[in-house]
Amino acid sequence: MRNTVTAVLAGISLSLSLSTAALAEGKTIGVSWSNFQEERWKTDEAAMKAQIEADGNTYISADAQSSPAKQLTDVESLIAQGADALIILAQDASAIGPAVEKAVAEGIPVVGYDRLIENPNAFYLTFDNKEVGRMQARAVFEVAPEGNYVFIKGSSADPNADFLFEGQMEVLKEAIDSGKIKNVGEAYTDGWLPANAQRNMEQFLTANNNEVDAVVASNDGTAGGAIAALEAQGLAGSVPVSGQDGDHAALNRIALGTQTVSVWKDARELGKAAAQIANELADGTAMDAIEGATKWAEGPNKVEMNAVLLKPVPITKENLNVVIDAGWVSKEVVCQGVQPGTVDVCG
Amino acid sequence: MTEVTSSASPQGASTVTEGLPARLLRATELDVRMLGMVGALAVIWIGFHIVSGGLFLTPRNLWNLSVQSASVAIMSTGMVLVIVTRNIDLSVGSLLGFVGMIMGVTQTEVLPQWLGFGHPAIWIIALAVGILLGAAIGALQGYIIAYMSVPSFIVTLGGLLVWRGAAWWVTSGRTVAPLDPTFRLMGGGPDGAIGSFWSWMVGVAACLAVLLMLAYSRKQRRKFDFPLRPLWAEGFLAVLGCAVILGAVAVANSYPWPSAIVRRYAEANNITIPEGGLFIAHGIAIPVLIAVGAGVIMTFLANRTRFGRYVFAIGGNPEAAVLAGINTRWVLLKIFMLMGGLAAVAGAISAARLNAATNAMGTLDELLVIAAAVIGGTSLGGGVGTIAGAMIGAVLMQSLASGMILLGVDTPLQNIVVGIVLVIAVWLDTLYRKRVK
Repeated sequence: MRNTVTAVLAGISLSLSLSTAALAEGKTIGVSWSNFQEERWKTDEAAMKAQIEADGNTYISADAQSSPAKQLTDVESLIAQGADALIILAQDASAIGPAVEKAVAEGIPVVGYDRLIENPNAFYLTFDNKEVGRMQARAVFEVAPEGNYVFIKGSSADPNADFLFEGQMEVLKEAIDSGKIKNVGEAYTDGWLPANAQRNMEQFLTANNNEVDAVVASNDGTAGGAIAALEAQGLAGSVPVSGQDGDHAALNRIALGTQTVSVWKDARELGKAAAQIANELADGTAMDAIEGATKWAEGPNKVEMNAVLLKPVPITKENLNVVIDAGWVSKEVVCQGVQPGTVDVCG
Repeated sequence: MTEVTSSASPQGASTVTEGLPARLLRATELDVRMLGMVGALAVIWIGFHIVSGGLFLTPRNLWNLSVQSASVAIMSTGMVLVIVTRNIDLSVGSLLGFVGMIMGVTQTEVLPQWLGFGHPAIWIIALAVGILLGAAIGALQGYIIAYMSVPSFIVTLGGLLVWRGAAWWVTSGRTVAPLDPTFRLMGGGPDGAIGSFWSWMVGVAACLAVLLMLAYSRKQRRKFDFPLRPLWAEGFLAVLGCAVILGAVAVANSYPWPSAIVRRYAEANNITIPEGGLFIAHGIAIPVLIAVGAGVIMTFLANRTRFGRYVFAIGGNPEAAVLAGINTRWVLLKIFMLMGGLAAVAGAISAARLNAATNAMGTLDELLVIAAAVIGGTSLGGGVGTIAGAMIGAVLMQSLASGMILLGVDTPLQNIVVGIVLVIAVWLDTLYRKRVK
């Protein structure tokens, strides 16, 4: 009995996949998302979908709702639906392993999207997180080449927080070793919460009697917390602060002069690139023949993979027009409350 | 009437044989448990002061500490009543986030369309919207708990998920900033403090209130023929109360504005800064005033009103309370409504302090609030708890957190320490209660 049911179901899914394949002129790209509760993935999805459809392919997707178990069945069902290539935003980098192996066994190429899937048969596409850290440190270092530095790190549970910090240290190491820069405080920010960053910053200011010359914060949320603490001491604007994500509030702070830099990772670039790479891989292009592909082996297990690491863009007062021209944010939001004549884009 | 259960018993003979501390305690009727907490707090403060090389007990750090504790302290006053009635509220952190987000959007995106940016009424409308919304949500949860008999743990666990999701929904996760300048005063900072003159005024007024209360309570006791405290004990309490209040004001007043802000202020008002700098004191921070105000009002509600007596009656024995004719459901609903309103006030302070409303605001605050109430002597078994204890509990936990940051201890270790302290505090409390019995 059970066999009959399975057979019927298989038949149905087969005919379904045949019919979709027959309807669409091009290939089917299956995308497995980890969770749509976060705002940014919707942005990625829109860009990815647009590119997939522009290539004449069909977009199918599933949302794992933060469950690694559901993501396994999601991937299986995407394969059953006849996907020619898979893009996977892994909820759990290790738990996704069996699903990837299954796809590889069926000859379906897999693109690990934004989060690392450490499997030599998968392609890795992300923004270079160490580079984000380097850019943050560089922008702050330019304003404050010496003095007391405070490091507001990300959540200790997030491996990206350490990548960022490594990048920051790479840039500043020389100056720290020569004694020009002094690390007067560093702390993880529990859960990336701005309120925790603010409390940490307040304590650092107290411990150093306000003698802080620069703050390297790992994202825009924590930068906001640190700046609120600086503001209470009248230091906001005179102490450079870094961030990342291109948060609307942060871009406004950059225009107002209280934040120095926000490293912007354009999610739409990432989505577009993923769609293009998936398309090429589905055509049978070898992984190392993808444009811009490099060998990358800096994961926890040092597995060598083919990867494309997109370059983020540091947004400062000088190039705020980049985010506005890209349609990421409106000019009104960036320029709210900015004195006329202080920032070029705001007039 | 129930509050004057004097321990000064008629067995005068035994008083003679007691030592001085015991006689002092007996005569002043001070709560030994509360004294124990204050003692623990003092030990922690002095310990951090020594280990950090004299950084902890400075006006600046104590002032920061008071502002950092305000939001959790406010919510803990409501949590005491919730826990006393054998309930729990797990939704306060999420509620804080959601209401904070609504207040943020109201003042930056909705109201400016009608009133224009910087309109003087924006902050009060935003705050009113927040408090009403918080109270309404609290009432809704209270209704489900009291009238539909769903356990509070479940209802507020649902609330924790619902309101956190709703906070995200309002702006699809986007951070709202910057906030209205007047609204921001609620978050502290040099502008968000009342200055030295008004701080002294508040201090003197509070001191007078203590004296009046002592006099009134003595008069009432005489009227109903209750045993009176000896006069020297009354005097001791008066001096102690005033010394604590005025001492706190003096600390707040010896934390000067940072030099950068003084310079800006001087430039704006055409004042020349004299040699050696200009000393402008912060004074008491507005969020701290709000917290103290909330504490006083809640203490009054809990100890002096029929509502408060009902709360403790329900906590002591729910069945007996029903049989005594108390409308327990209505009281429960009111408690949760109050809790919602307090979470909204705390949300306003958190948002104002950060100068931004974020969707993650208040994450895990529910646990801090419950921990503060429990460290402050509120029994999860119901019927026992004080507002003041919970507020001291909030300060105690914040002291641990702030002190460890000052020492450069990293967050994972901080959480371990706070967790251990929580368990030890409750264990000590249990031991103490057993001995008293």
